[in-house]
Amino acid sequence: MTTLIEVPDVEPDAVAPKSKSAGGGLGRYIVIRFFLIIPTIFILVTLVFFLMRVIGDPITAAQGGRLPPDVLAQRIHDAGYDRPIILQYFEYLGQLVTGNFGTTITDRRPVVEMLSTFGAATLELSINALIVALAVGIPLGMIAAQRRDKATDAFLRCFAILCYATPVFFSGLLLKLTFSVWLGWLPVAGRVSTRTELAMGQLAAPTGIYWLDALRSGNFNALGDVVSHAVLPAVALGLLTAGVFLRLVRTNVIGTLGKDYVEAGRSRGVSEFRLVTKHAYKPALIPIITVMGLQIALLLGGAVLTETTFEWKGLGYQLVQYLNARDFVAVQGIVVLLAVIVASTNFVVDVVAALIDPRVRY
Amino acid sequence: MSTAAISGRKKSFLSGLPVISHVNKSVGLQRGMLITGLVLTGLFLLSTVLAPFIAPYGYSQLSDASGSFPTQEAPSNKHLLGTTVGGYDVLSRVLWGSQTAVTVIVVAVAMSIFLGVALGLLSGYFGGWLDRVLVVIADAIYAFPSLLLAIVMSIVISRGQSSFWGGILACAFSITVVFVPQYFRVIRAETIRLKAEPFVESAMVLGASSLRIITRHIFKNATRTLPLMFTLNASEAILTLAGLGFLGFGIEPSSAAEWGFDLNKAMADASSGIWWTGVFPGIAIVLTVLGLTLVGESINDLNDPRLRGRKRAGGKASRSKAAAGSDGKNTGATTAPEPEAGKA
Repeated sequence: MTTLIEVPDVEPDAVAPKSKSAGGGLGRYIVIRFFLIIPTIFILVTLVFFLMRVIGDPITAAQGGRLPPDVLAQRIHDAGYDRPIILQYFEYLGQLVTGNFGTTITDRRPVVEMLSTFGAATLELSINALIVALAVGIPLGMIAAQRRDKATDAFLRCFAILCYATPVFFSGLLLKLTFSVWLGWLPVAGRVSTRTELAMGQLAAPTGIYWLDALRSGNFNALGDVVSHAVLPAVALGLLTAGVFLRLVRTNVIGTLGKDYVEAGRSRGVSEFRLVTKHAYKPALIPIITVMGLQIALLLGGAVLTETTFEWKGLGYQLVQYLNARDFVAVQGIVVLLAVIVASTNFVVDVVAALIDPRVRY
Repeated sequence: MSTAAISGRKKSFLSGLPVISHVNKSVGLQRGMLITGLVLTGLFLLSTVLAPFIAPYGYSQLSDASGSFPTQEAPSNKHLLGTTVGGYDVLSRVLWGSQTAVTVIVVAVAMSIFLGVALGLLSGYFGGWLDRVLVVIADAIYAFPSLLLAIVMSIVISRGQSSFWGGILACAFSITVVFVPQYFRVIRAETIRLKAEPFVESAMVLGASSLRIITRHIFKNATRTLPLMFTLNASEAILTLAGLGFLGFGIEPSSAAEWGFDLNKAMADASSGIWWTGVFPGIAIVLTVLGLTLVGESINDLNDPRLRGRKRAGGKASRSKAAAGSDGKNTGATTAPEPEAGKA
């Protein structure tokens, strides 16, 4: 369950015997942790490869009914899909290692190009959503912790559970109805209006992240257009994660608020506000950072739904299109990329946690 | 709920039952949350059972004696919550949708518990290379966005099947794949802990077979947390089912009513201001998930003695709460003890 993540306290006996130089221990930890990425990606790639092949070869799946049987057989043979599956599997792995993801079957684009185009859109959505989630979740979590067991706290906790219980596409629908249809303030769907998209296309070396491009071009109309499109998807996806952050901050700040040093601070006359925001919050950060890393999976899963809700043409939107078209080469490409993102995020999070808290290295 | 009424009696059979004893233990806000959750869950189950009787029409009914239903009609006397773009009655589909949801949850969670528990027991008890391989696989699946995995699985399993059981099983299997690693991790950790307990060691010394030790001694002790995980996972299963339906990988509308699918169709309506097709199935999802989450979390909090200690340390307990605390009950609880239960 999304809302219930809590990182267990690090057991004192889990602390490895300290090597003499702390830096060496950290370096070793990072290297070992880095190599643990590989099995994760490898397993997911393998899993998806064989799952996809259970259905049949990619060409029949994508174009089965549309081509005459002899042409189909010829194309299957040309692509090598009639060879033993183990052979194809190892060939596929070899291609992956060299960075060759193949070409999509339906629209014949190089998968790498497709990934970078749509990946930028998903990245933009995720960053926006993360900003909303942090801006909402962390302050509210601190307030809930400070007003523990009061009406404010009860209200905020209900809000957090409601955030979790509402599917992104339903909150998206409500947002659309309210702000686009009834109030008419914000656009219904899409990333930008067509005019802005054309203006963006003329930019040299676009990053694909629209607000960055708009900022660079100095075109404030375009920037306004991009931002107005970005608000609703970011809020819909951000609220989902904000509920998790709220609970997380609340729980951990309550935990540290009970510590002796906070009591000592209070006796010295430190204000309650400062106690919560400085004394109690900072030590509570370690578990928060760890869980934030885990939220990347939730965020990516939510991104698929958000992108479909708002016709935001990113990886998730495209994944659904390709799945419906049975284009499994493209699907595999997207899944591999997501696996890499998830695995490396978890790696970065573990390293950051180890940097902050030496007890984590074991 | 009527269960609150018997809170005065002590040690009767009823008050020993899990949920009832939790209601008795709870105080104040905690009790409010638990009871709200129980009421919502009760309504959900009630509509599952009563759907054939209280739904005005069938879930795939497009016409009645007076002709075919109008499409996208606003709520009226004949169609209390309006009709969809396909001409289905919204109220009927919302009510029937609970049946689909319950079926999928029960099948999915039952299968994940069976697989997860079996693998967890074997892996934890025997250890060795099997254990390592399973742990690495479970971790890899666990780290991956569960909805994406479920989508891929549903495509593989269903292959475009649209019958009621075909669709239900495809959804359930997809959700199972996501949940198995969670149960596996919890049960494996418990098994490893229990394996070192004296009673297991003495059973080994007495010459009991591995099968007997696993089934008689470890199984019963390792599976205590399962009912709780069931409640917590049920709400996630509903969200996954709705997500699958929303993306179009769920069950066809003619074979079952499914809230996520209806919301998918309602997206296009929203742009033209037609709100009733999407809002009601959406509310159904939210209330169901809310109910299950409240029940699961309240029970979770009430079971966790660590929170009790923290509560006393907080020092601001009111009189009633302090009394409950000294009784060995916990009130202002907040967190889940198992990080394993904690992923989307």
